[in-house]
Parts: sequence; structure tokens; C-alpha cells
Amino acid sequence: MSTTMKTADGTTTIEAVEDMPAIRMSRDFRATPAQLVRAHTDKDLFVQWVGPNGSNMTIDHWDARTGGSWRHHGDLDGEEYAFRGCFHTVRDDRLVQTFTYEGFPDSVALETMWFEDLGEGRTRLHVHSLYDTYEGRDGMLSSGMEVGVNDGYAKLDDLLEAGAV
Amino acid sequence: MTDQLSQVFAALADPTRRDMVTRLCAGDATVGELAAPYDVSMQAVSKHLKVLETAGLVTREREAQRRPVHLEAEVFDLMTKWIERYRQEAEERYQRLDAVLAAMDEVDSTPGNSTGKTTKGGKAS
Repeated sequence: MSTTMKTADGTTTIEAVEDMPAIRMSRDFRATPAQLVRAHTDKDLFVQWVGPNGSNMTIDHWDARTGGSWRHHGDLDGEEYAFRGCFHTVRDDRLVQTFTYEGFPDSVALETMWFEDLGEGRTRLHVHSLYDTYEGRDGMLSSGMEVGVNDGYAKLDDLLEAGAV
Repeated sequence: MTDQLSQVFAALADPTRRDMVTRLCAGDATVGELAAPYDVSMQAVSKHLKVLETAGLVTREREAQRRPVHLEAEVFDLMTKWIERYRQEAEERYQRLDAVLAAMDEVDSTPGNSTGKTTKGGKAS
């Protein structure tokens, strides 16, 4: 019994796995796998789209190589939220990294992303996040409730206005 | 709210309890009816029910003699709402990524870069 959803505002599908503390997502992009990998590993590109929504992300450290590490933080309503982790695997078709929210320093999630070439310049991104506890996973799922849903759209509008699309 | 969601997920992490919930979708049932297909004691079934009850997934009629177990469908709605909210947030993030990728495309296809090879940095914004 899993929860999979798909609605009209986009193609992101999500599944909160019930017999393990994991979240699975997938999303199609009009881009090649190489471009998608680059948007995840080039910090100048990554900082343009990474959440949490409505926060200004700052990358403190970024070494996107197998065995490298990263840290970034965002400010939301005057509060700082920092995240850090390691790049376990950086490959053309696969990224594996650890993820810790510094507010819960003892928790660590393992995030595996792979890039399925659909041909004709389209790629399906698969994200599998494995948490160490159900509480950690559910805390991650519920954290979105504190953030305004519409904040992200404004950020997208800015990109559209700037002619980046 | 977070606590309830955690309890719901934890309650559903057990295959026997998931099975009980699935069977309750068809309608209310007594503890005896719920216990029938399993090779476990009534006590064990009662324990599972207690977990489901604490998570708010099921309720039991207090007055009726049979005290049938009733599935609370609204709790699933709550869980669905949280997950949908998370999904929306991811979708917004990926819409921003769409814009970044589209800008990369422009850089990649500008004259002098006709190999289609991606350029380092991609400062297109």
C-alpha cells in the first residue's frame, strides 16, 4: 500500500514507501542526462534551483567528486537552515550522496539519483531517499507545511522574467 | 500533526496491520473476525489494534456489545495531504530546474559551441 500521486501541475511523482523509511520520486525533464547531471553538480547552476522554497541559498562548500563533500544553507524568516553531506558517487548516469539537516545532526539520509535517457533530449530523473528512521523521513515529509507553497512560483517567475527560459 | 503522521506511518510499517487495514476498507469487523485469518493469539491482534487505534487509524464502538472496529478514512486524507504538499514543493523546485536547463540549452547551442558539448559553469542567467 503505497501513495503515488500525479497531478496536473507537473510530472513529479512521489511515493512514501511504507515498509521502509524511504521516499521515491521521479520527474521528466526536457534535457539530456549530461545536462541534468551538470545542473546537480555545478554549484553555480545548482544554487539557482535548490530549495527550500523562498530561501536564499548559499553554498558554503562544494566538491562534487566521488568522495567529496558539500554544505549549503538558506535563510528563511531570519532563521538559518544548514545542510551538509558527502558525494559518495558522482558518475555520468548516477549520483549518490548523504544528506543531513544540521538541526538534527545525528540523522543522515542516503540519496540516490539516477538519470534515465528517454531519447529525443528527454531524461527521467529518479530520486530514492533512504532515511535512518521513520521519524526522520516523516519529519522531512512534514517540513514543507511550514513553508509557503507559493514562494517557489515567485522564484520561477523571476527566472522567466529574466529571460532565462 | 507531525506526531500523528509518524504514528500513522509506523502503524502501517507492519504487514499484519496493513492487512487488517485493507480488510477494514471493506467494512467494520469485530476483533474475532479480524483475528480469524491469522495464526496469532487474540491478544496479539488486540495489540495490533491498539497501535492502529493510537495512530487514529481505527476506532471502536464503545457501547455496542460486539465493539466493531471502524476504519477512520480521514486519517489517510491527512497523510495524503502531507505527501501532496511535499510533492508540490519538489515540483516547484523542479520547475526552477526546468528554467535552468532551458538556459543551459541556449548556451550549449550558441554558435562556436556547435559540438553540443556542455560548457563548464553555464552562467546563462
